[in-house]
Amino acid sequence: MTLHLFYFLSFLAILCALMVVLEKNPVHSVLYLVVTFFAIAGHYILLNAQFLAAVHIIVYAGAIMVLFLFVIMLLNLNKESEFHKNNYVKGAAVIAGGLLLVILVGALKGTASLPAPEASVGEIGLVENLGQVLFKQFLLPFEIASLLFLSAMVGAVMLGKRDTK
Amino acid sequence: MSSIQTIHINLYILLSSVLFCIGVMGVLFRRNVIIVFMSIELMLNAINLLLVAFSSYWNDPSGQIFVFFVMVVAAAEVAVGLAILIMIYRNTGTTDINVLNKLKG
Repeated sequence: MTLHLFYFLSFLAILCALMVVLEKNPVHSVLYLVVTFFAIAGHYILLNAQFLAAVHIIVYAGAIMVLFLFVIMLLNLNKESEFHKNNYVKGAAVIAGGLLLVILVGALKGTASLPAPEASVGEIGLVENLGQVLFKQFLLPFEIASLLFLSAMVGAVMLGKRDTK
Repeated sequence: MSSIQTIHINLYILLSSVLFCIGVMGVLFRRNVIIVFMSIELMLNAINLLLVAFSSYWNDPSGQIFVFFVMVVAAAEVAVGLAILIMIYRNTGTTDINVLNKLKG
């Protein structure tokens, strides 16, 4: 059952990821990317990372994709994009990506097989345990991340502002 | 009961590799900046999936905390990147990356 669900979600994720790259209309690409994100969230739930799955859906499908859609609508790009690379460059891109995949799979085949996973002790993916780790062990990185967010927010507002000179 | 007990970790590594390579291919393949951004998101998500899989494998919550920080960086990157994209569109009237070769000597 779990294996079938894994194969279904993997197939969905890979298919929609390919459609993101190959689809000509940017709006369709965004919608396929949302489906990919939902498939990955399904993987998180299978892996017992329930809180992360919820955060993933809220942040990616809820915030980042809406930002993408806003920009596409704002710039009026919701038509088939007319500029395309020539076939020579496209073939080179496919070959480069395929070779990278071959190298990664080859490296995976070359490694010694990993030991069996440790028996799970408690639910590490629940909000209580993650909060304990985040606010005790990783408090300083958490605060630095908030600084990064602040600077990104200021930078986005500064860049998006029209020059009033 | 986590699925890592029944599904071999190699399958997760394989899935993440495929998603990552699709992202790399997208960056090389397309000329629309928005699609390039989406491909970068795809690559970050492939890495996140692998981090969660190994976090579940070793029973270590640190991997899932790292995924949070990757999400933070991805959100900041998208906000700044799309602001830059709007600036570029205002100045050039297109989102084609081939017009952005002004730094080329």
